[in-house]
Amino acid sequence: MPDKMHIKLNVNGKDEEFLAEPRELLIYTLRERLNITGPHIGCETSHCGACTVTIDGKSVKSCTMFAAQASGKSVTTIEGIGGPDDLHPLQEAFKEHHGLQCGYCTPGMITRATKLLEENPNPTEEDIRFGMAGNICRCTGYQNIVKSIQAAAAEMNAAAASSSEAVGNKTVEAAE
Amino acid sequence: MIPAAFEYYRPQDMAGVLAILEEHGDDARVMAGGHSLIPMMKLRMAEVPHLIDLQDVGGMSGIEVGTDSIRIGAMVTQSDIIDDASLAAAAPILREAALQIADPQVRYMGTVGGNVANGDPGNDMPGLMQCLDARFTLVGADGERDVPARDFYEAAYMTAREDEEVLTAVTIPLPKGGYAYEKQKRKIGDYATAAAAVQITKEGDVCASAAIAMTNLSDTPVYSEAAGAALVGTALDDAALTAAAAAMLNDIDPTEDNRGPIAFKKHVAGVILRRAILRAWSRA
Amino acid sequence: MKDEVENREDRVANLKGMGCSRKRVEDARFTQGKGNYVDDIKLDGMLFGDFVRSPYAHARIKSVDTAAALEVPGVLAVLTAADLEPLGLHWMPTLAGDKQMVLADGKVLFQGQEVAFVVAEDRYAAADGIELVEVEYEELPVIVDPFEALQSDVVLREDLVGEDGSLPDGAHGPRKHHNHIFTWEAGDKEPTEEVIANAEVVADESMYYHRTHPCPLETCGCVASMDKVNGKLTLWGTFQAPHAIRTVVSLISGIEEHNIRVISPDIGGGFGNKVGAYPGYVCSVVASIVTGKPVKWIEDRMDNLMTTAFARDYHMTGKISATKEGKITALQCHVTADHGGFDACADPTKFPAGFMNICTGSYDIPTAYLEVDGVYTNKAPGGVSYRCSFRVTEAVYFIERMIEVLAIELDMDAAELRRINFIKKEQFPYTAALGWEYDSGDYHTAWDKALTTVDYEGLRAEQAQRVEDFKAGKTRKLMGIGLSFFTEIVGAGPVKNCDILGLGMFDSCEIRIHPTGSAIARLGTISQGQGHATTFAQILASEIGLPADSITIEEGDTDTAPYGLGTYGSRSTPVAGAATAMAGRKIRAKAQMIAAYLLEVHDNDVEFDVDRFVVKGAPEKFKTMKEIAFAAYNQAIPGIEPGLEAVSYYDPPNMTYPFGAYVCVMDIDVDTGVPEIRRFYALDDCGTRINPMIIEGQVHGGLTEALAVALGQEIAYDDMGNVKTGTLMDFFLPTAWEVPNYETDFTVTPSPHHPIGAKGVGESPHVGGVPCFSNAVQDAFRPFGNRHTNMPHDHWRIWRTANELGLHD
Repeated sequence: MPDKMHIKLNVNGKDEEFLAEPRELLIYTLRERLNITGPHIGCETSHCGACTVTIDGKSVKSCTMFAAQASGKSVTTIEGIGGPDDLHPLQEAFKEHHGLQCGYCTPGMITRATKLLEENPNPTEEDIRFGMAGNICRCTGYQNIVKSIQAAAAEMNAAAASSSEAVGNKTVEAAE
Repeated sequence: MIPAAFEYYRPQDMAGVLAILEEHGDDARVMAGGHSLIPMMKLRMAEVPHLIDLQDVGGMSGIEVGTDSIRIGAMVTQSDIIDDASLAAAAPILREAALQIADPQVRYMGTVGGNVANGDPGNDMPGLMQCLDARFTLVGADGERDVPARDFYEAAYMTAREDEEVLTAVTIPLPKGGYAYEKQKRKIGDYATAAAAVQITKEGDVCASAAIAMTNLSDTPVYSEAAGAALVGTALDDAALTAAAAAMLNDIDPTEDNRGPIAFKKHVAGVILRRAILRAWSRA
Repeated sequence: MKDEVENREDRVANLKGMGCSRKRVEDARFTQGKGNYVDDIKLDGMLFGDFVRSPYAHARIKSVDTAAALEVPGVLAVLTAADLEPLGLHWMPTLAGDKQMVLADGKVLFQGQEVAFVVAEDRYAAADGIELVEVEYEELPVIVDPFEALQSDVVLREDLVGEDGSLPDGAHGPRKHHNHIFTWEAGDKEPTEEVIANAEVVADESMYYHRTHPCPLETCGCVASMDKVNGKLTLWGTFQAPHAIRTVVSLISGIEEHNIRVISPDIGGGFGNKVGAYPGYVCSVVASIVTGKPVKWIEDRMDNLMTTAFARDYHMTGKISATKEGKITALQCHVTADHGGFDACADPTKFPAGFMNICTGSYDIPTAYLEVDGVYTNKAPGGVSYRCSFRVTEAVYFIERMIEVLAIELDMDAAELRRINFIKKEQFPYTAALGWEYDSGDYHTAWDKALTTVDYEGLRAEQAQRVEDFKAGKTRKLMGIGLSFFTEIVGAGPVKNCDILGLGMFDSCEIRIHPTGSAIARLGTISQGQGHATTFAQILASEIGLPADSITIEEGDTDTAPYGLGTYGSRSTPVAGAATAMAGRKIRAKAQMIAAYLLEVHDNDVEFDVDRFVVKGAPEKFKTMKEIAFAAYNQAIPGIEPGLEAVSYYDPPNMTYPFGAYVCVMDIDVDTGVPEIRRFYALDDCGTRINPMIIEGQVHGGLTEALAVALGQEIAYDDMGNVKTGTLMDFFLPTAWEVPNYETDFTVTPSPHHPIGAKGVGESPHVGGVPCFSNAVQDAFRPFGNRHTNMPHDHWRIWRTANELGLHD
């Protein structure tokens, strides 16, 4: 049996170090080793996106990556996106607009959507449908997921507009 | 789905990669994004006792748009291709094709090198590279060699690459004229039922050159010289289109699968090809 | 206690009761990744079990050698049928009265069948162990076609043939052939044949409703934990019917039922996949008993698609007769039902073909006859109701296709043909020719609303123009207008008709009001995404006058919840929802007595008003439910027991019959076979609406599953019995990109027999959606001579239709 490897990850801001077989998939590292059970296993062949996490700024299906590949990188899961005291606007919007039913796809869906909105803060419906096409939902028919993401985008843009005003003022002050 | 156990390597340079390949021969496989290989390993349809992760090997992630040609490192991802403005300006067909591959998450991981090197007849990049007359750079113990994309594919998963070689870059002559990548698929994430890459130049109202390749209609990508030749010198009238489609149909050899029977695939190949040619022509 | 909200409208709003789009209480945990699904369960010392599965669809097992597997570090045990036989657990009863091998006993009957169960310290060792179990197979002839099965000399189930070659009766009566399971009839054979023989117009058609699969995003799985010290077994799992699972486990294991606790945690979608009992559950329990440790078994996606719970696979042949004017006079239907290697269909005991006898649909058909033959083949067992009540999707697809075919025969508009045959509003309650009593309906109103909204006349004019343009070579796209009008039959069901394994299909609710005026209610159902914690609290809020936000709903733990038959067949609202309302009314009745005592008036002199009891004629004199709750716990009230609790077991007097009118507009590329959904309008009447937001969400989801089934989703086999669609590459689950926006609409025709008039909605959009999408495809080709073409309408099959009609010439 191959030697276990020394793997280092930063998960949701926390450094993790452990020994693991090279074949340990990142999804199992998260779920079983680190007890981060937000990302789920749906298809195992990189079609459904339930296992989506963010790795060094990219949306990745963690069932199709070995923990060894991720060693040295930063991983963000749904748990790192927002919690009871600091819900992300997407988490709020999914609740508000009925963007989920059984909840199984939701962590991957929201995690992917955070990246989508980072890359494209003003997506059209078509942009959202195309940008979310790596995540399958069996319950909602997607209509309310699209609506939730649109609402979150509007919310985030409004917040950004008001905070950039504030930042802008500060910059002016600092320059003076 | 758990893959069989394997040794994992993450060498820091190409010499390290080659040394492992030398030692383990076809028991070793190099991996870029892993999105073709890992599912096969999980399904235990691919056995890889020694897995070499290329991510730390430098020099393969660049896109260089030169005056005559474009060089794309093997580790450039589909999403890098989509996001690179200079590449989109110089060879827009690459972006058009990349957007039709898989889904956003997979495009972050899937690389040009992996897509062209593994020899899967369903992959989109091989046909596209044949259309563009790309050359693949292979590095082995004996140094570097270039193989034209049009000579690279021998059969499904069988290519001109030796087991001890690594595909490091793709070089494309700067494409000219109109382009189109047309793909019919059942859904996002599917391989093509039929896909066509077309690059056409125009002089006056007449087609001056045409390069045409199709995907997933044979056990290799199909570059059809005859299909291109059928267009050259014509104004792309119906007769020319029919001749090009007939030439291509002569060159493809689809098999029946869940996407449909052979007759359907041949018909769709002709339709997709016509559409690609007309779209490319409208942009020429 | 001072009530802060006084305005009546505000008091109603404050309750968040029935009729409002209350946000879901489940969503906080799901959006933060804090759901608790079965694979999230992690127990000390937990082992993993997984199956060695047969690569062959039909083979004799010569030997199973586990020695090499047992050498793998971490592998603790490998169970085979031989190990289970002494316990009597190598076979298990199915829900359909048949029995099924838990582990292959001498032969295998379908690809992927469970042969051995490897138990290991982790999933890696289990996977490695599986590779090393050596099974010697002797291949047998494979039968994947039920018509061939009924002609073949090959005996699939030797266990069901007497040694002298005789055929003992099956669970549903006599069998005609060794591969035949049952014949089931409804209606009147001779009168129907006579009417059809003498009819002015007859249309006949054969259609195949292909095999597919519910494929929830979470696969099936369980964790079994036998506590040998206390003799208690705890079983967590993806169970749509946890109480029934407890009873089944007790019956087959011999463990007394009080020593078994079954828990359904959060479930990642069910759609029928998680109704049945699977070998994985049995093996996990046995493995936990053997090892004394908790054992987890989780299917992978291929296991899920290949082995648990297929749906449909009905070959249907019909005849429908009518007058020249289009008034339907009779309907005849024969079904050859492919049940796979074991009859594990999840239907009520007396209904081996489910409620297929709802196949007269929404129409007033005076005479009808249905006959269903169940057949064994070398395919996986299952036969679950994928997002529909028992076989109702098949029934509605059948009648909605027969109507279209009859319209072609009559050269009549299919919308008009439906209209003149609808059961009229004044005919309800209506007894159909095949026996069901429809509770309520107003089909004409719904149909007119739908057709007006979509501008049906305008669409037909546009379609006619498109046909002209196509013929003139101006376009290669055809336009299809898909219609469907469906009547569901849900809410199984009256105990006198419906049981599963002898368990009557009632359901239950138990309520405890806490002293400070909040409550917990427990039900015998289990949500898999339907939002029960939200909607059942709304029912209660309206019934007992406490805010929904103050009511916790709990399901799925058999140690705490009252017995119920679970969630499938849209039965939660019709049955458990009714139990909830009835239990709430018991609370209210006691509250009325307490209020009267506190207000010092006679019981009859107080009346309920939103959240309080008021003295009749003196609304300023009242006691709120909150005050009454407190009083129930702190005052000695003469003649009244302390506390405020109630339980109701509800046996519905009838099923409920939701209905709806759907229209789909589709453009079809004749050359590539690619369909494009331009518009989809769905009008649903599910009776009283509890939460419009959730109803709309259910409709979106059900339509999307319908789209998938109609346009490509199938479990396909080759001639060797190999599954060709075992991963999500080939098994079609649409992404956001392939799905349109839907327009939803409604009418409200309450159920007269349901306490709150609700009928259930979760499955309607699937039942009505499948024929609507299919009819759109077929309608596009009607002007060119198409009569019927089978689903799934994927690209190549649409292309084939065009090709056969000469549209590529």
